[in-house]
Amino acid sequence: MKSNLALLIDFGSTYTKVSAVDLAKETVAACAEAPTTVDTDIMHGLNAALEEIYSQLGTKEAEFTYKLACSSAAGGLRIVAIGLIRDLTVEAAKQAALGAGARVLGVYAHELTIQEINEIEGAKPEIVLLAGGTDGGNKEVILHNARMLAESLISATIIVAGNKVVADDARQILVKAGKEVLVTENVLPELDKLNVIPARRLIRQVFLDKIVVAKGLNRAESFVERILMPTPAAVLNAAHLLAKGTKGEQGLGDILLLDIGGATTDVHSLAQGLPTKSGISLRGLPQPYAKRTVEGDLGMRVSAAALYETVPPGTLEGYSGASAERVQRYIEDISKDYRKIPQDEEEMRIETAMAVQCAQVAASRHAGTLEVVWTPFGASYVQHGKDLTETPYLIGTGGVIVNHPQPKEILQGAIFKDDDVTVLKPKDPTLLLDEKYILAAMGLLAEVEPELALRIMKNHLITL
Amino acid sequence: MGDKKITLVLGVIGADVHAVGNRILHYALTEAGFNVINIGVMASQEEFINAAIETNADCIMVSSLYGHGEIDCRGLREKTIEAGLTNIKLYVGGNLVVGKQNWEEVEKKFLDMGFDRVYPPGTMPQEAIDDLKEDFGLK
Repeated sequence: MKSNLALLIDFGSTYTKVSAVDLAKETVAACAEAPTTVDTDIMHGLNAALEEIYSQLGTKEAEFTYKLACSSAAGGLRIVAIGLIRDLTVEAAKQAALGAGARVLGVYAHELTIQEINEIEGAKPEIVLLAGGTDGGNKEVILHNARMLAESLISATIIVAGNKVVADDARQILVKAGKEVLVTENVLPELDKLNVIPARRLIRQVFLDKIVVAKGLNRAESFVERILMPTPAAVLNAAHLLAKGTKGEQGLGDILLLDIGGATTDVHSLAQGLPTKSGISLRGLPQPYAKRTVEGDLGMRVSAAALYETVPPGTLEGYSGASAERVQRYIEDISKDYRKIPQDEEEMRIETAMAVQCAQVAASRHAGTLEVVWTPFGASYVQHGKDLTETPYLIGTGGVIVNHPQPKEILQGAIFKDDDVTVLKPKDPTLLLDEKYILAAMGLLAEVEPELALRIMKNHLITL
Repeated sequence: MGDKKITLVLGVIGADVHAVGNRILHYALTEAGFNVINIGVMASQEEFINAAIETNADCIMVSSLYGHGEIDCRGLREKTIEAGLTNIKLYVGGNLVVGKQNWEEVEKKFLDMGFDRVYPPGTMPQEAIDDLKEDFGLK
């Protein structure tokens, strides 16, 4: 008998997280996780988690209306982004890749050199996103870069998303060299117009068609209907729905979402981010409404040592009250054993200090900045990036926040500071917690039942 | 002058509304034999660049009189490159910064930003015309 249940699976890099949603009652009926087993057979880990789900549901006979999955296992979706000018098409290409849920292994500007080609070959990306030049703008650099890629050993799928005038020439060059090439619209067709959605869509298509198979994730596809997208894309999808709402169900409005993980800290903002005060002029690349940034040097386990290097000396010690020796030993311990959790109060304080720093630095890098310019008429202001000061909601997710006794303390790190008024972080947001870790799952459910997914999120995100 | 007329895109950048100097420059440059595309006052960087692409211009001449020149001009060279205008000359002149600042430093700042010629307040149009002729080998 068909139940009213949807099964939503996230094949993470370390854990496979599964939740069963009751579609009639609009609640999360069961949640479970087990270590991901992509190296052997991905179904082993999934089956272990499913056992737990069945026992929580009290039945082995459950049939699911939907079985959907996302994945960041086996290194996630690995992309290299290439453009012309660092602040323009390079940034646009990077935004397209990040928004598609990719891990961006590197970004390259201007004409590629042999050394850079070697670097890209070594990084082994699955997709190379090749941009450069506005439509009708520079043609030489993208063609040069297409030739360099053509002569390389790179076997990645190459997506051309640059100057439309030469896009087909670039494709020809690459096709002749036996590369797999796809062409889509320019990520920056005009200097003041960002156009990342078509490239994002194509990246996701390549992920579905090729990468799922290459990583052995398709072995799960006899059980699930399909693996729909990379996990970060599912999270962004959920946040997008939560912010915008649907025809029948209102959204929350602008959102800043903080996801602190073991290796990276992801920040998503769903906001136009236009200046909130008068007399401020906007400079730089237009910002995508749904923007994701990823900080590879800010994380709680894999990147713990990098985090310690990134923050000013003494920061973690000062916040936690622990000695430098103690902090260093803890960082060493967790770097050796990612599964280690704090054992005493002092370690808990160090852990908290780390999380607060992840929140603070990642949110500061994500948010826009204000620059003061002195003019004959007094001070004038120039804004770069998004003004998030009036953003009404700040949502926390990720292990350290979800499992922390005082998640509020960590989220405070992402809030506007009076002694640093040029960083445009939210001033007085309502803090929400993704207590049941459902955002990725709801991003999947949103593909088939958006209104339901939205209501479940509204019910399950708890206000702090 | 040679066979091809040198095309200039002329305008006042940013939120600046000083129109008189712009008219004078337009007149002087046209008289000197240049093809002048005047995009007027309150022009954005994108408007300068789009006009240059459309007209296949050889030079962009930016005026700024209200002291915001530095912030308004920043990034213009990068955008011209992205737009494919790799050989275009960039000239700028006017009250480029606030108050009395050392001219050498101001000039260096704008040269570092990718401008080919930088003019202080009070420069006569003839000076720019001479420079144009030199830069385009018309002398």
